[in-house]
This record gives sequence, structure tokens and C-alpha cells, in this order.
Amino acid sequence: MNPGLAVITDRTLTYQQKVAGLAKVGESTENPLRIGAELQVYRDSGVICDLFEGSAPYRPRYIVPDYERFMRRGSAFLGLEPPRDIWEATAALLILYRHVPSITTFPVYLGDIDALLEPFVEDEAEARKAIGLFLLSIDRTINDSFCHADIGPDATTAGRLILELTREQKNAVPNLSLKYDPDRTPDDFALLAASVALDVAKPSFANHRMFAAEFEAMGLGDYAVASCYNGLPKGGGSCTLVRLNLAALAPLARGLDDFSGRVLPDAVARQLEYMDERVRFLIEESGFFESSFLVKEGLIDAGRFSAMFGLVGLAEAVNAFGDGKRFGRDAEADALGLEIIERISARVAAHRNPLLAANGGRYLLHAQVGIDSDRGVSPGCRIPIGEEPELADHILRSAPFHAFFPSGIGDVFAFEPTARANPLHLLDIAKGALASGLRYFSAYAADADVVRITGYLVKRSEMERLGRGEASLQDTTALGRNAVNNLGVLERRLRP
Amino acid sequence: MTDIARGDVARGVVARGVVAKILPFSAVDGPGNRAVVFLQGCDFDCRYCHNPETRALCVHCGLCVPACPAGALSLEGGRVRWDAARCVSCGACIAACPHGSSPKAVSMTVAEVLSSIDRYKPFLSGVTVSGGECGLQPAFLEALLVEARAAGLPGLVDTNGSADFSSLPGVVAAAEGFMLDVKAWDETEHRALTGAPNRAVVANLRFLAAAGKLYEVRTVVVPGQFDAALTVRETARTLVAAGSGARYKIIRFRPQGVRAAWRGLPTPDDATMGALAAIALREGVREVVVV
Repeated sequence: MNPGLAVITDRTLTYQQKVAGLAKVGESTENPLRIGAELQVYRDSGVICDLFEGSAPYRPRYIVPDYERFMRRGSAFLGLEPPRDIWEATAALLILYRHVPSITTFPVYLGDIDALLEPFVEDEAEARKAIGLFLLSIDRTINDSFCHADIGPDATTAGRLILELTREQKNAVPNLSLKYDPDRTPDDFALLAASVALDVAKPSFANHRMFAAEFEAMGLGDYAVASCYNGLPKGGGSCTLVRLNLAALAPLARGLDDFSGRVLPDAVARQLEYMDERVRFLIEESGFFESSFLVKEGLIDAGRFSAMFGLVGLAEAVNAFGDGKRFGRDAEADALGLEIIERISARVAAHRNPLLAANGGRYLLHAQVGIDSDRGVSPGCRIPIGEEPELADHILRSAPFHAFFPSGIGDVFAFEPTARANPLHLLDIAKGALASGLRYFSAYAADADVVRITGYLVKRSEMERLGRGEASLQDTTALGRNAVNNLGVLERRLRP
Repeated sequence: MTDIARGDVARGVVARGVVAKILPFSAVDGPGNRAVVFLQGCDFDCRYCHNPETRALCVHCGLCVPACPAGALSLEGGRVRWDAARCVSCGACIAACPHGSSPKAVSMTVAEVLSSIDRYKPFLSGVTVSGGECGLQPAFLEALLVEARAAGLPGLVDTNGSADFSSLPGVVAAAEGFMLDVKAWDETEHRALTGAPNRAVVANLRFLAAAGKLYEVRTVVVPGQFDAALTVRETARTLVAAGSGARYKIIRFRPQGVRAAWRGLPTPDDATMGALAAIALREGVREVVVV
């Protein structure tokens, strides 16, 4: 069956999912990118992968609008005045979300929604109702788990209401980060966040100090956490994300020296070449930045777009050269992992894309969480499921990798349901993890319906529905189901 | 038992204690995430003990050495030596020990204990000293609590209440709080359950409650083995009479890990546990937790 008809006749897809699927089929009939033969070999073998970004990029992969500006100025294109109360504020945001593109067709960043809504919180009961409907609308109309909202680092009434409503509603969307800063985030607010995480697998704890300091140092200013856990400049985003599969690359080498000296540098160079070409088409040919009202109204700025150099499967690559020493278990193996990341980091940092002003044209490293068809490929620099050491050891072994990945890296920990009796235990661990250099910490209790797959959230009940051959509202349910089968994400080591 | 006798004052000397095990992270030994230092040796013989190998001190008989499949044990100069690096944690040595002990308990200084948990400090609300029975090594306990507090780790004491804490003001002052087991209120039942009297336990309950040092009281419920309703009621009354805000944790007996004779006993049902919690709440206990 041809691809279009397969989409049209699929009984497990909703109408919206078919529309998005057909758009992909349509895009794939155009192949305007100049892709050299060497790069094509890597793409065909899965070493270099653009993560279903399409053959003709017509919008940046991740867009991070300056929602603060929108709230101050409204939008001429959308015919919206600046909101004056909580109802206008939530309605204005929901309207704008409909018009924020991304790889998924849905917005991947919804704003620092506590700070956006706090000025409009007057009567708490009314605010609770408005924010409750706002969150419900997001889950029911943005049907994709890569949609992400941020709260914190300061405690606000809006932030508390968002957490309480998140626990009540138990929805998979939006993904939620608490920007945590020990100097600014009060303990009672963080403790509420930890206890909500044990019920609904969110929020995650983002290392605000680390992100803020790095984005400042890169001259990028304010940052947002979008999609899975992607740190990106606010008012900009990422043109593309391409990943290097180290697990697939390692077997192409005749040993570690050959890997480090020849195979890895070549693959990194090809991936940079591919990213350059995708950025070139987007910026010079697609016309996105000339036509989008987001640009014209200053909600995004081409000068604040970078691109993400992703990688996966570090553990498997290390294990291929480790002489039986395992990544995450043995200090020598971990050191080899760090050496590989340092090599990649140095090569990526030495590369400039003159079309991108952000960060001097340097791309941002990203520890990619994997795709649903991956088998035997661990996300980013994570220790493989089934080989996780004890919790303290796990965190301390993982932390050194996190400094290399300003555009995102994170770890996920599954806790025994009994952890709910002592949420301070989880908060202590989250605080310790961030203080030890972890960039992003996610936790959930093993019996919750909402579960963190790799970086995104899916409901077990929805995966079961799909398993029965019924359609599911969220397009990411299918990804979650495949990842459960292929990556064993429900088999994570349970922490007492 | 150690080079410190009961009641010694450890200040100015390098206190050593016999440590059964150190757990860097625990969710169930006090508020937040805590490191737990289990001291070796206990003067109770609870029928439902989940760690019977922490009761006695090693007598270095060497019977465990040939039982080890990993070659982690050896007899050197009349003492059993345990090599942590080779240990596979299979439990064969503990099964082979006729004395209710373990070759893995080691003599440590306070500094050694604290340095072993130093790297976990950013993750911890504090440290809990448990056992065995930590009250049997009071000088070491006090020194550990003092030094842990100085290192930014407030210490909780988890005790069976056999030691007279009213005569150990240094320990009481250095501890952030106490977690006390009240295993049975009736003296005869307590003896049958633990092989020991409970007068000291009840005296400690009153003393620590009145001193505002009680964080938690616990009772393990084993159907048919003692009058749990009486125990919960009297314990609750004592807490409330002393104005203590301690929480009462009422714990289901679980057969996992206990000695063979008690493995067949039933776990109490929800109705039993709910009725006991209701008694404690009716008496005015601030917080009751059933686990």
C-alpha cells in the first residue's frame, strides 16, 4: 500500500493524526537538500538520523516564543490586545499555542506559565478554575507529549495552583519542569513539586543555576526547557536536531584507537555537514523567517536560533571497547565515556555556522533520549536499564556528563510507591543530584498511570488502549508503547 | 563488646564502634533521605527480627570461612577477616553462623563512619543510628551524633529502648530525636516476644516524650502474639499525657527475612491495622502511620 493510503486507512489514528501523517507523506515527495554520498551511507545505516524531521525543513524543529512579550503587547496578526484578567490571559495563550509550529505540529514550549499567569491571580478560587480549564485544554488539544511548560524558580500562587491541578488532573500533557534554584525556590514549594512528581511523574527538577549561568556565558540570556528536557534560548529555539548513534558507530571501528582517530571524527564531521545543510535550507530557502508573524512581532528572533548536535548510545559504544568493563559500573569505562564526549564536544565547539548568530554559530550538544524503534541503544549518556547501580552511585557517576549538554541531558528514576510516604526523601535526592552537577532530574512512582518513557510522558492506560487496536488522543502514545517494548522503560530499577 | 564500656565518655579519645552496615540512602528511617548506620549487637531477641545476624558480636570461631563461595573470608591471627571487595552478598556466612552474628561487622572510628558517607552529604537530611541496638554502644553513639551534627548531619537514634537514656544526657543532647520501639505493653508478653523485660522501654517512652525528643514510636503487630490493642492504647496515652507530638507508626508483621519458626505467622489484615490506628487517633496522637 502506498504511504498516503496507509495513513488514510489506519484504524488506530485520529483524524488529526492522519492530517499530520499525510503532511509528512507530502513533505517527503520533496528532496531539496544536498546530501553527499558519504553522509547518505551514515543515514542509511542509522548512524546519523534526523529524527523524522522531514526531507524539506519548513519550520525550525523547536520554537521557544517570548511569551512575556506576547502578554505585554498582544498580537496584531492574531488581533489580540494584551490580556487584562486571568480568563483573557489563559485564552490568549491557548490561542497563540495553536499558531506555534514545531516538528510535532504542536508547540514544544508553552512558556514559564506560572510567571505568565501570576500577575492575573486575584481571587484564588477563580484562578484555580481558570488555570484548571487552561491545563485541561492543553491536554485535550495539544495531543503530543513533547509539549513542555516551565515553572519556578520562585514560588507563586499560580505555580502552586499549577502543581495542585496537575496532581488532580493526572494528565500526560504538558510535560512540566520546575526550574530549581536552592537560593530562590522555597522548600515547601519544592516539596509540593516532589510529592506531585510521585503521583504524576512531573514536574522534573531542572538545574536553574547551571542553565542560567551557561546561557548567560554563551550570550544567550534567558533559557527555557522545552520538549523532553531541551535547554534553548527564549525567543529563539533550535533549527534542527540530528543525532549520532554511537552504538551503531562503534562496530565500524577496528578498535578504540581507530574509533577515536578516524571513525568518530569522520562521523562528527558528516553530521555537522548535514546540520549545516538543514539550517541552510530552513534559513535561506524555506522562507519561514520572512513569513512567520512570530518573527514579525518579535516573539522569536532568527538571531536566537541555534541547532542541536545530538548523540545516543554512549554506554553501548563504551562497552564495545571496554574489555568487559561496563559503563556505569566501572570507573575506567566511565572515564572512557567522558573521553569520547570530550572529543565530540571539542569538535562540535570548533565548528561555526555563519548563518546562525546565536552562540557565535556554535551548535549545542544534546543527549538525545532515543526513538521508539531503537533497540540496544541507551538514551544519550544514560546507564542502560537493567545495569543501573545504586541510586547514589548512579547519580554521582552520571553527573560529570551533564556539564557538556546545555541543550539537554537528564536521568529518570523509578521509585517504589512507598516513597509517597516520605516525599522529602525524593526532594533530598533531587537537591543532592542538582548540587552534584546533574542538569535534569526526573522521578516517578512505579504504580502511577502517567509514566516517563524516556523524556516524555505517556499514560499506561492509553498504551493499553492502543494495544487493543483503538485510537489514542496523543500521538506520542504509540511512541511510548514501542519504547516500552523495545527499550524496556518499565523495567527501570526500582528505588526504595 | 567494644573498647568502650557502657557509660564511658568518648570525648578526647578516638571512639570505635562495631558497625554492622552503613546504608547511604534510606526513605524509611526518619524524615527525608537519611544515611543509616547500623551498629552490631542487640540485647533483645525479637521473634520477628528481620536482621537476626546483627544481634551478636562475632566470636571469631571461623565457622563461616569455609561457607563463603567467593573467598571473601579468611582466618588471620585468630580473627575472621572479611574482604568487602570479594563479597557477593549471598548470605552464606550468615546462614552458617551458629551465634546469630555476621563476619561483616567491622570496628570503625567515628571519623571513618563519617568519611564513608561524606560524598552523600548533599543528598541527606541527616543520619540515623540504628542497629542491632545502638544504645549498647553509648559512648560511640554520642561521639557519632556530636560529630555528625558538626558535619551538618542531624542525627536520629533508632532504639529498642533497653538503655536508660535518662542517664545518658550527652546522647540525648546530641540527638535530633529518637525513634523508639514499643513492642508490647504487657511485661510477660514483652518477655515472650523479645526475651527481655520492658520496664526500661516504658521509662524511656515517658522520659523522651516529656523531653520533647521523641520523633516516632513504632509497634510491630503480630496477630495472636501479644495484646496489640493494649499496647497501642497505653503507648498513645503516654505520648499524649506527656504532650509529645511524636507520630505513631503501626507496622504489619511481614514474614520475609525472619527466622524459620515465625515464617508461617500471618500478616495482620487491613481491618486489624485500621482498628489499631483508630485507637491511637482516639487517644489524641497527632499523626498515625500504618505500614
